[in-house]
Amino acid sequence: MVEVRERVQDRPTQAAPCDVAIEGKPHAEPLSKDPIALSSKPSMFERYGKGPEADVPKPLEGTPVDVPVDFQGLEDLARASRRALVSDKMARIAIEIVAGLVVIMLAALIAKIVIDGWDKLLDWNFLTGKPEQFKEGGGIGPELFNSFYLLVLTLLVSLPLSLGGAIFLSEYAPANALTALAKTAIETLSSLPSMIVGLFGFLFLVLQMGWGFSIMSGAIALTMFNIPILVRVISQALEAVPQGQRDAALALGLTRWEATIHVLIPAAMPAIVTGVVLSAGRVFGEAAALIYTAGQSAPALDFTSLDLASPACPWNVWRPAETLAVHIWKINSEGVVPDLSAISNGTAAVLLVCVLAFNLLARVVGRALERRITAS
Amino acid sequence: MIAGLAGGGRGTAARRRPLPKAQLEKVGIGVTGACVVLVIVLVATLIVMVCGQGLATFTVDGVDPWAFLTGTVWNPHASAADGQPLMGALPMIFGSFAVTLLSCAIALPVALCLAIFMVELAPEIGRTYFQPVVELLVGIPSVVYGLVGLEVVVTWTRSWAGGTGYGIFSASIVLAVMILPTITSLTVDALAAVPDAWRNGSYALGCTKWQTIRSVVVRSAIPGILTALVLGMARAFGEALAVQMVIGNAAQIPASLFELAATLTSILTLGIGNEASGTVYANALWSLALVLLVMSLAFILIVHLIGKKEEVTDG
Repeated sequence: MVEVRERVQDRPTQAAPCDVAIEGKPHAEPLSKDPIALSSKPSMFERYGKGPEADVPKPLEGTPVDVPVDFQGLEDLARASRRALVSDKMARIAIEIVAGLVVIMLAALIAKIVIDGWDKLLDWNFLTGKPEQFKEGGGIGPELFNSFYLLVLTLLVSLPLSLGGAIFLSEYAPANALTALAKTAIETLSSLPSMIVGLFGFLFLVLQMGWGFSIMSGAIALTMFNIPILVRVISQALEAVPQGQRDAALALGLTRWEATIHVLIPAAMPAIVTGVVLSAGRVFGEAAALIYTAGQSAPALDFTSLDLASPACPWNVWRPAETLAVHIWKINSEGVVPDLSAISNGTAAVLLVCVLAFNLLARVVGRALERRITAS
Repeated sequence: MIAGLAGGGRGTAARRRPLPKAQLEKVGIGVTGACVVLVIVLVATLIVMVCGQGLATFTVDGVDPWAFLTGTVWNPHASAADGQPLMGALPMIFGSFAVTLLSCAIALPVALCLAIFMVELAPEIGRTYFQPVVELLVGIPSVVYGLVGLEVVVTWTRSWAGGTGYGIFSASIVLAVMILPTITSLTVDALAAVPDAWRNGSYALGCTKWQTIRSVVVRSAIPGILTALVLGMARAFGEALAVQMVIGNAAQIPASLFELAATLTSILTLGIGNEASGTVYANALWSLALVLLVMSLAFILIVHLIGKKEEVTDG
């Protein structure tokens, strides 16, 4: 499969139809690989195509010249193939330029965010200090902690749920209405805007359940946002395990459940870990689902407090908790902080560095697990 | 290999022989089935609750649904001459569709070029460098896009178009960058799914690479590309914060792309927390959420229909 693909890629992009037939012997020298060069020098069609009055070299000895040749048709063909080669070249260049521009744009985007926030990124007081509403010099300490705490809680809820769902859909998947319904539900959830999920969280968790703006509401809303992503990556990881392993486990008398727990999940672990960490990056930066569930205020945290009912206790899940992403949005839409631009650039840089770290971590951990599994 | 990772409790379990195999299988399907049922219930609750809340405008406040969808004045605090609250959602619906279509028109050609480059022209470079780049673009939080849009795109638009710089144009640029990775990665999947034999057949007929890409690869991948486009549209339609930061949030139908406008999501973002629930204004906002939900479901339905049509033509 791969070899075939390789061969296709190596194939020179030449369109030189019927270069053998006219002269009556195979082409002596290989055609130029460069289509531009090919079109700049007079081709054999041009030399022969001008009719009898043109300067036609004497036919070679023993060449069948009596056969009537459709010079016009050949010339059209030659022109068409030259045009095809030129447009091939031009399209290739255009696509390469676009691809290059996108990469440059992304590099510029990341460079801009990091450079603008560089001062704040290295400022310990900013990273740990408490936010200010009307004064300069606010920090993002509580927001930074809230983001990670919410992420951990979200993963605690969504990971088992998604694992179960993914195993059901990729290993059992009985051909019944439940499977069909589950597939539709997860697909629906994955294309629903996170705004809608946030609104539902506001309606159901904050108001109806009476949880108020709290970490708990936020974590459940984020769970709904995260489930379709996780189910997809875990299903893909399970499906990538060779069928032979499944068959072998079943042939040994294991049930599907045992086969999944003891054989498939360990084998799929590197891909699962990579997917989960990547999804963690997306949860970390999510804001629309949190504005009306986890709230937009960050009470100052007292890390010595262990009173789970106190709003200052960092571990209290019933306190409102603004995250980094919500913080950026809030200070920009309120616009009252004097050093608005510095704070939001700094927060954006912290957020981006965290997301980059998640991406990097996903790759490193996935590769390390892979090596451990395949080596032992 | 397996024992190292999951064999922790296996020895004791085997000695105790806790459950017969058939029962164990039932436990497995029960546990995983419960997860699935929970997800289904959550999604169903979501749809029912948002719909129920959104319909209150029409059932409780007695607003004519047609007037809601086509009215152009949005001021639910005030009432018109006939006593009906002034809630015309058309400016927001128009704004949402305008930014969605415009951003897709910008993003689709670029995504197509990127995907062709990654699949057809340079698969090696595509896999090693472009794949991570696309994944990274997905990972950048939407507020960060909004912030950069606010600082770069809005300023740039203001510098040559005049006005405030906020508006549909700026929002579309920001959204185009945001949906680019979605459309690109799905288009890559669609192009890569075209069998190599079709490419080789085209080459054997003497076609150049570009002719092959244009008339064989892309043409046969059209259903997949359409799916990518629709999912990109769904993402653009539902994006809230980045758009809200750069569109200006004035509930009016703008005369040009450079005037303040609003989308369903931007008005929802600003309003929903500030209104006590049960008021006319809050109900009106929930009706906007209902429109958003219905449109999102419509996008999912379209993707389904494309998939089904593809199955029919393939079979």
